[in-house]
Amino acid sequence: MWEQIRSNRLRSAVLVVFMGVLLLAIGYVVGLYFLGSALGGLAIAAIVWAVMGLLAFFQGDSILLSVSGARKISKADNPQLYNVVEEMTIASGLPKVPDVYIINDPALNAFATGRDADKAAVAITSGLLEKLNRDELQGVIAHEIGHVKNRDVLLMTISAVMLGAIVIISWYTTRVMFWSGGRRSDRRSGGDGGGSIQAILMILGLVLLILAPIFAQLIYLAISRKREYLADASSALYTRYPEGLASALEKLGNSNTQVKAANQATAPMYTINPFAKKRAVNDWMSTHPPVSERVRILRGMGGNSFADYEKAYEQMHKGHGIVPKSALNQNATAQ
Amino acid sequence: MLIGLWIVLGIIVLLLFFFIAIYNGLVGLRNQVKNAWAQIDVQLKRRYDLIPNLVETVKGYAKHEREVFENVTKARNMAQAASASNAAERGKLEGELSSALTRLLAVAEAYPDLKANQNFLALQEELTSTENKISFSRQFYNDTVLRYNNQTQMFPSNIVAGMAGFKAAEFFEVTVPEEKNAPKVSFT
Repeated sequence: MWEQIRSNRLRSAVLVVFMGVLLLAIGYVVGLYFLGSALGGLAIAAIVWAVMGLLAFFQGDSILLSVSGARKISKADNPQLYNVVEEMTIASGLPKVPDVYIINDPALNAFATGRDADKAAVAITSGLLEKLNRDELQGVIAHEIGHVKNRDVLLMTISAVMLGAIVIISWYTTRVMFWSGGRRSDRRSGGDGGGSIQAILMILGLVLLILAPIFAQLIYLAISRKREYLADASSALYTRYPEGLASALEKLGNSNTQVKAANQATAPMYTINPFAKKRAVNDWMSTHPPVSERVRILRGMGGNSFADYEKAYEQMHKGHGIVPKSALNQNATAQ
Repeated sequence: MLIGLWIVLGIIVLLLFFFIAIYNGLVGLRNQVKNAWAQIDVQLKRRYDLIPNLVETVKGYAKHEREVFENVTKARNMAQAASASNAAERGKLEGELSSALTRLLAVAEAYPDLKANQNFLALQEELTSTENKISFSRQFYNDTVLRYNNQTQMFPSNIVAGMAGFKAAEFFEVTVPEEKNAPKVSFT
């Protein structure tokens, strides 16, 4: 499991660098275009990112939980739920039992927050709590604990902040450009020979501004879906009973009540996408893989280890693995 | 001549670094094994604490099942007394306690008044959860032992393990034949 976290960290680092480069490129273009100095644009990008990042880092959990209207419970309020969380904490080897929250909402969902294992929290809607039996509840909680254990919350927070910064900057810039009618004339004094090259660069910059948010979103979604599969695999590993999560997912998939408090930014934190209605979800534009597919993989598992999940996944996807190699080797089960 | 000396020195330093890295890795894993074992201990103790309460509650409704109560109490005391012995011995005694408990709860099924008792229901959830926690902590312990043992036996870390005296750890198995298929107590 430590190997898995390490490979996760490496990939998060690559992702952060990549999105960061995208962000800086946008800042550069904006600076060149509006301020006449690339450095100024870079500074703006860095400031937007830093403010959003600090906010998410220190307030993200409480914002998310208060937006969702979650209520923290102790063991006396719901012994079974609390016990299940404790059981999964033990099974995953987390150092501390996460805080447990209940969201008063008939919709069926659950999510995990917390940038590291010590500050983690899991939340579940009252509707889901009523619908699930003990084994299914265990599967869902194990999935959420899997997110905590795999450091998904941190990864997704960082990338959501990056995505947000990119979207905000490019949105405002393109709006301002639209209103001011494009390039300002006093910026034309670029010299005699450099004129056409500069124009090409400008167009390239414009294209970048328009494409960057889309590109960033796609990276973000792809990573989000990947983490969902990994959390499913973790759930099977911890409970040694993939059927629990599979049957819970089926119940989730059949419901059509949406989570009231969910919005696009908090969507990736949930067990299933709160916005996916009954229609077939477009694969590329979804934070979560289709429920039916996740159920089929879980039911296709021959055992309970990561290797078994990998095998079941490959059978559906013709050779594309999902679990990192290093995690496969390290997560053999003893019995 | 001097260059050759430097190369030899470089190789020695490199080997030393490898040695240190592997050694530290082994120490980390061994500590994880110890920690995981302590987790099992916590849960087993919790079970010892729950049992007298449970027996008292069931007794109030099912006075005639004296033998079942005695068996549970005896198994509990034996398991508790053996809490310092090795994994294999403990596994056997804990397995016997588990099956005695299963019988006690099966007896309770026959008394509708008892099954409606709030106190009993709360105890039953506690016991179910504690049984689960025992098996999950055992599962985590055994997975950790597997990783640790692999490191002590695989090349090249087995060389370091042999030199520094890292011994393979023992798996914790609950060894009662009738219990093997039903590690979870589930009442719905």
